[in-house]
Amino acid sequence: MSDDAQEIIGDYKYGFHDPENSTIRFDKGLSEQVVRDISELKNEPQWMTDIRVKAYRHFVERVMPEWGNCSLLNMIDFENVTYFLRSSNKTEKSWDDVPDDIKNTFDRLGIPEAEQKWLGGVTAQYESEAVYHSIREDLEEQGVIFLDMDSGLKQYPEIVKKYFGTVIPHSDNKFSALNTAVWSGGSFLYIPKGVHVEMPVQAYFRINAKNMGQFERTLIIADEGSSVHYVEGCTAPSYSTDSLHSAVVELIAMDGAKIRYSTVQNWSSNVYNLVTKRAVAHRNATVEWVDGNIGSKLTMKYPSVLLKGEGAHAEVISVAYAGKGQHQDTGAKVHHLAPNTTSNILSKSISKGGGRSSYRGLLQVTPKSTGCRSKVVCDALILDEDSRSDTYPTMEIGNSTADLEHEASVSKVSNDQLFYLMSRGFSEEEAMGLIVNGFFEPFTRELPMEYAVELNKLLELEMEGSIG
Amino acid sequence: MLSDEILRVENLYVSVEGTPILKGLSLTIHRGEIHAIMGRNGAGKSTLANVVMGHPAYEITSGNIFYKGEPLEDLEVFQRARAGMFLSFQYPAVIPGVQVGTFLKKSVASVRDDPPKGRAFRKELTAAMEKLSMDKSFLSRYVNDGFSGGEKKRLEILQMLLLQPHLALLDETDSGLDIDALRIVAQGINEVAADSACLIITHYQRLLDLVKPHYVHAMMDGAIVRTGGPELALELEDRGYDWLEVTA
Repeated sequence: MSDDAQEIIGDYKYGFHDPENSTIRFDKGLSEQVVRDISELKNEPQWMTDIRVKAYRHFVERVMPEWGNCSLLNMIDFENVTYFLRSSNKTEKSWDDVPDDIKNTFDRLGIPEAEQKWLGGVTAQYESEAVYHSIREDLEEQGVIFLDMDSGLKQYPEIVKKYFGTVIPHSDNKFSALNTAVWSGGSFLYIPKGVHVEMPVQAYFRINAKNMGQFERTLIIADEGSSVHYVEGCTAPSYSTDSLHSAVVELIAMDGAKIRYSTVQNWSSNVYNLVTKRAVAHRNATVEWVDGNIGSKLTMKYPSVLLKGEGAHAEVISVAYAGKGQHQDTGAKVHHLAPNTTSNILSKSISKGGGRSSYRGLLQVTPKSTGCRSKVVCDALILDEDSRSDTYPTMEIGNSTADLEHEASVSKVSNDQLFYLMSRGFSEEEAMGLIVNGFFEPFTRELPMEYAVELNKLLELEMEGSIG
Repeated sequence: MLSDEILRVENLYVSVEGTPILKGLSLTIHRGEIHAIMGRNGAGKSTLANVVMGHPAYEITSGNIFYKGEPLEDLEVFQRARAGMFLSFQYPAVIPGVQVGTFLKKSVASVRDDPPKGRAFRKELTAAMEKLSMDKSFLSRYVNDGFSGGEKKRLEILQMLLLQPHLALLDETDSGLDIDALRIVAQGINEVAADSACLIITHYQRLLDLVKPHYVHAMMDGAIVRTGGPELALELEDRGYDWLEVTA
């Protein structure tokens, strides 16, 4: 491996790639025709084609965001992206039927094993579409619908039509417009009234090809009094050219429902990760975003909750790790729109090796939202002089009955901490690993055990070879 | 006997940010010996403990430190720990988010030659905690985070029991402890001291009532000015340090 390649790949253990065996691959570049072709290929109803085209036109007109990391954003070459790539003609129900090289990839990522041990259902997306999908029979019998989004649209067009784009309209931002125009794959999950899904369901998103664009679209509806934990993971090979991941995730928690959405994003450092995630929480509903950002070149993502019903609750716990060449621009947005709504936001970031992390948050309290409570805590840990951390909190407070707390801290690893740990037998790298894992602990403890262990290992790996 | 020599400090000069702190200190400790160092604030007692453990802020300008007959200078802090050296901190650092249980397990695994694993480790841990009257709930708390002074000192001694050092440096382990806690901590020290070399840094006689030193050293202005037996500690407690200045 050349030094350059090593530099890019580093210790990223998911950086391998398969030979590309596509059955359908669009030429690079984006046009209205590409958008129509995607829709036609998928045999979509006319109304979806219309939404796509409308969104495409909005995307073209919409200027790039003039905040965040503009210089990196403006380096995206939308003409050098593959917008659709089908690698398998079918979404299989058995891993044995998934093409060998793709199955091997998911084996290496540990997905089939995890599925057997602790998951209620799995969707595995490879490039533009799901290659594998399954759900436990008992959940199916209870009326739980868990499908990839394309199948969801085919089988439940009326539900999709009713909710698609209602939480995040295509015109929300440039990248939600792009996603709406060219979306493919993602999850469609419906939990019937009163059903509690005990085991998490998982989606795994893998990009394999160079210059790939992945635009999954996820819609989760938890009906009254139901609950579900949805987990997603993502990785990609390390290439010297960029890939683009731009997802839209819409969650709807009906009265008294609870949705927890956990992400550990570990894209390779050549991936732009520009994702819009938003939830609506109705009366006494709870939405929790547990959002980990470890990989990617630039991530811009601010999971949001609209607290629409009285007594609704939002919880956002996010961590970001920005290493060399990375910018994690992440945060949370909570809109208190009804009385007695509550929210907690905890954001933790680590910057190292010249990496940059930014917290961007919005807390909105409308005049209607009397008696609401919110607590926002942002902690940043900076590991060396070259790295950077910024905080951009915004608060719009529309009534005086709100009970609000905001805390922010920026810290460095102290020599005393290092000396103490080293005097207990830990090398400097091990000591850093412990401190970093400890810093992220409030996030890690919310993850399923398997994810937590993996994340801790990942962070320890990031600390290796870094101390001179 | 030479083979039992654990620590030898020879004519040591140490500066911190250019300010000389230790000025020609010499000291030898053998296995099975307990040494106590007493002295006023600023005499350089803590500096001695820190420099032996390898704190990077302390610069040795001349002199040598030998551990088991080998010069220490090239060993990093963690290598000193793995070689059997232990420092009980006057002010232990807080490590947020790291549970005491995890920390102890990993520390024992890196320091001890044949570390106990699984059930054997838990058994040893439970026994040690019982000796120190520590509740199991300690294990799920974060290292020193929100600990009282007494809890911090107990955690230090717990680590010492588990790491089984050959050289234990105790930097004002007795400060801030009530008499019951002091008794418990002293018990822990006595247990480890029986089979290792022990250096106790203290202001007060009261710990030395419970942990009997073989040698007591009076330290002034960066050097040892007088060495005696346990009676010297009593004399220092009684007369203070001024009389040493006159005779030194």
